[in-house]
Amino acid sequence: MKKKRVKILIGDIAGLFVAFLLYVVPFLFVLLNALKDRKEANKLQMTLPSEFHFENFITVITDNHYQLLLAFKNSFIITAGTVILLIGTGSLAGYVLQRRRDRLAGFLKKIVMTGLMLPTAIIPTIWVLKGLHIYKTFPSIILLEVALNISFTIMLYQGFMDTVPVELEEAAYIDGATPFGTFCRVIFPLLKPVTASVVIINAISVFNDFTTPLYFFPGADNVTVQLTLYNYLGKFSNSYNLLFADVLLIIIPMLVLFLIFNRRIVEGMTAGSVKG
Amino acid sequence: MKKNKIYPLYFALPALLVFIILFLVPNFISFYYSFTIWDLKNATWCGFDNYKMFLSDAGLALSMKNTLIYAVATCSLKVILGFLIAVFLTSAIKTKDLLRSIVFFATLVSAVAVGIMFKAMLHPTKGIVNQFLGLFGFSGADWLGNTKLALGSVIFADVWRGLGIAVVIFVAGIQSIDRSCFESAVMDGATGFHIVRHIILPLSRASRNSVIILSFISGIRSFELIWSMTKGGPGFATDVLGSVVYKQYSAGYYGLSTTGNVIMLIFIMFLAFPLQKILEKKEEA
Repeated sequence: MKKKRVKILIGDIAGLFVAFLLYVVPFLFVLLNALKDRKEANKLQMTLPSEFHFENFITVITDNHYQLLLAFKNSFIITAGTVILLIGTGSLAGYVLQRRRDRLAGFLKKIVMTGLMLPTAIIPTIWVLKGLHIYKTFPSIILLEVALNISFTIMLYQGFMDTVPVELEEAAYIDGATPFGTFCRVIFPLLKPVTASVVIINAISVFNDFTTPLYFFPGADNVTVQLTLYNYLGKFSNSYNLLFADVLLIIIPMLVLFLIFNRRIVEGMTAGSVKG
Repeated sequence: MKKNKIYPLYFALPALLVFIILFLVPNFISFYYSFTIWDLKNATWCGFDNYKMFLSDAGLALSMKNTLIYAVATCSLKVILGFLIAVFLTSAIKTKDLLRSIVFFATLVSAVAVGIMFKAMLHPTKGIVNQFLGLFGFSGADWLGNTKLALGSVIFADVWRGLGIAVVIFVAGIQSIDRSCFESAVMDGATGFHIVRHIILPLSRASRNSVIILSFISGIRSFELIWSMTKGGPGFATDVLGSVVYKQYSAGYYGLSTTGNVIMLIFIMFLAFPLQKILEKKEEA
């Protein structure tokens, strides 16, 4: 028994050591260098700053007429808009597609699941957006993000509907409720846990998305958080302190979300995949 | 009949419309435009010229090869390392929740941010990776500037970032194995290695299949991390289909760029779809 305990202790220590080296050191490296002055940061050393320069964060935020704040605002609008539309459209679709047993619904389910596999056809999408006269607008980027994330969202709602008993809707229906009323008053409130996963996972993936705004949301006023970060890579290539300060400003919201919703995020991400 | 009345299909219409118009339709018409020279206004039919270009031009051909290497390498590493770490994290150790969180957090950091971090850490003269290797007497390398090493370095960064998802999927799979399997194995005198080999490995098949398919497809579609680390360079050493699509788009060759997109689609249809079918069949057997 004692031998086993020692073994476990060694495992704990080894695990912590490797995780620290591979996963904590990179973040510490960014944090330490974000607080140095330019000259010291450009040495890229893993040392404590000789002086703390918290004003780096202010420099990054105020740079180019507060561009970063504009980027955060844009990213927030896109993320919030996408998540709201995903909840509305995804829960309705997941609900009926899971409940119906006919051929057409089966076919539609298969169609939706192709979205988990296929790539985005870039320029043809621009062509479609131009045809609809919405290219480079907020509605277009929001609808695109919805299109890209709807398959995963429907899959999550479908999976959760498996656990909701059918009798609930049938009782409501017999009592004279309309189908939409039944959904809104009986089903949707029950979906709360999966809706929470839908919100948090999609918010992270839309906020972190670089490719979609790069192609479909160009223009000086249309910057998003990831696009400014990418632009700083060129602009601040000689001021690692500012570059890293920007990286930190973008990582911190994720860290906060993760500390609050750790369990929810992990559950949501594994829910769909383990079932296959 | 009455049943479907409660579940009218038009409930699914908003989701389906957005998905079909903005995702499936563009994928369909990409086939047509991949055979053209195109500037968004006029398209001139050019037959298989774009495809021939992908086969004959050294840079473009390399991007196809790199895409496959990248997908296979990141996928296998995530499966193997993810499985081993998950076995470790489902053992009796006390810090498993903390360790899982540390590894998982990296998946929540955007690809661009990870790219910037790794680019700095892999700096040829002052990067901390080379300094660390120097402690043990190894001479460092120009990880992103050497054409032979660059692709491997980006693959490493991709695995670093994506490993967390593989780990949590495997952990969920292993935790869903019936406890009695372990108990009876221990009673029969099975040791650690045998339990992993003969119980955990076969019984975590469903989660393994998910990890394989997920990471293979994301490998084929990869773009963001590569673009923020190397922009496909040095030369074409780390060019993949995703970066070629962007480069040709920026250069105004819309037909050729769309061909790159279609080749990505073909890779997925002819490699990932059959792979999934094979894995599912084994799962049932």
